[in-house]
Amino acid sequence: MFTRRTDLQLERDSLGRFLPWLIAFMVYLSVLAFAGMLALDDIATRWDRGMSGSLTVQIAPAGGGGEKQVKAVLKVLNSTPGIATAKFLDQDKLMTLLEPWLGSDALGAELPLPRLVDVTLEDGANINIAALERRLMAVAPGAAVDDHGVWLEHLINLIQTVKALALAVLVFIVLATIATVIFATRTGLAIHHEAIEVLHLIGAQDSYIARQFASRALMLGLRGGIFGLLLALPTIWGIGTLARSLQAGLLPAFSLGPGHWAVLGGLPVVVALIAMISARLTVMRTLARML
Amino acid sequence: MIRFENVGLRYGLGPEVLQDVSFSLAPGSFHFLVGASGAGKSSLLKLMYMALKPSRGLITLFGRDIATTSRHELPALRRRVGVVFQEFRLMRHLSAFDNVALPLRVAGTRNSEIQHNVEELLSWVGLRDHMASRPPTLSGGQQQRLAIARAVIARPKLLLADEPTGNVDDQMAMRLMHLFEELNKLGTTVVIATHNETLVKRLGHSTLRLDEGRLELRPGEAA
Repeated sequence: MFTRRTDLQLERDSLGRFLPWLIAFMVYLSVLAFAGMLALDDIATRWDRGMSGSLTVQIAPAGGGGEKQVKAVLKVLNSTPGIATAKFLDQDKLMTLLEPWLGSDALGAELPLPRLVDVTLEDGANINIAALERRLMAVAPGAAVDDHGVWLEHLINLIQTVKALALAVLVFIVLATIATVIFATRTGLAIHHEAIEVLHLIGAQDSYIARQFASRALMLGLRGGIFGLLLALPTIWGIGTLARSLQAGLLPAFSLGPGHWAVLGGLPVVVALIAMISARLTVMRTLARML
Repeated sequence: MIRFENVGLRYGLGPEVLQDVSFSLAPGSFHFLVGASGAGKSSLLKLMYMALKPSRGLITLFGRDIATTSRHELPALRRRVGVVFQEFRLMRHLSAFDNVALPLRVAGTRNSEIQHNVEELLSWVGLRDHMASRPPTLSGGQQQRLAIARAVIARPKLLLADEPTGNVDDQMAMRLMHLFEELNKLGTTVVIATHNETLVKRLGHSTLRLDEGRLELRPGEAA
């Protein structure tokens, strides 16, 4: 698989045995890093889209918070353009939400809880939050509007940082691949020094010799890359399954679309091309110093 | 064809192995290069096939000053020179066919042409039955013939051979010499480094004699 006759006996090098493994490992890591980046990007987009379409109105118990205020708040909300629905969360639902943190015993009737109204916005609605809050406070003094902006910003920042780290990992992997191929190619040049001299003396251009190293690096890169990708697939599947089983409504599903898979499938080709170009440039540069 | 003017060669900081070598070979001429072991025959040939650069002096090949020829232009010059190396320098992992085909492949010749020419030449040097054999499985004489076939396959303008008959019997030596003479008749300039004085006398071509790094040119005289 992926071998051809070369004028230089490159296929007998020990490099040919270790380079595909090394590239497989690099591709394995880069597929994981890249899959992580794509999934995080997807999660951030979905969170942003999901959260920006909703608001929560909180009516503090200190401000009265009675049924009358709730009704007044609902009336204001329902009359505000851009708001699709405004749903009051009744006491039972509120207690269910708080139960994981406070336990069922602590939730006596005497515990002062705010009243919450879950607001869904129409698509593309641009609500002036400050103005809405002023109008709500006029009918219910303890009312506050939470557009989840601060929380969302922190989460998006976290995701962006993790994405940047994944990108840094990818860059390091590319650099490590290039360095490995350069080292392997230089060693190959030293091993085959005699044969290269003969090729030169019978009239071979540097590019003719470089092509042999480059096509060998491409083949080894493809072989290792495909193996690395095949190793990474069960890992991604495992992470996806684990994420789905852990998910309690907090994390969006970890999933990759067809486009993402196409990108991941292209990674071995990209790594093989990087190996090929690195090998070619190394040979050309090294031979230029020879007679 | 090839011209040396006051050429000197030293390896590193050692003494000069070639001193003030000056000669000029006409196109289509045939020469033997003789001299005792260590006289500098191989070094002179290496200068001629551009494996070494002179420490001083001027070498002109096909009208080009080697010193000012760019690295990019060297392969085109080298393709016009066929070399039979003393230690053959065959590719051990390639078949006899592929070894002989190498100069043509390097020059970008079409496969159909390569097939025909290589088969014909291998038949001529008596290796048709060994086309698929690799050099380590061939005898010294067979390897030598293979090296000669590789040197002449691209019909070079200049053929340089370092002891090309060292490993073959007299009959095969004469047969190979006739091959070189055939090439010479077709216009190839031939320079053969040899210890075989009998061969030199019998064929009677002009002689380049190296003695302690100095060169003397003697016209040929067939025995």
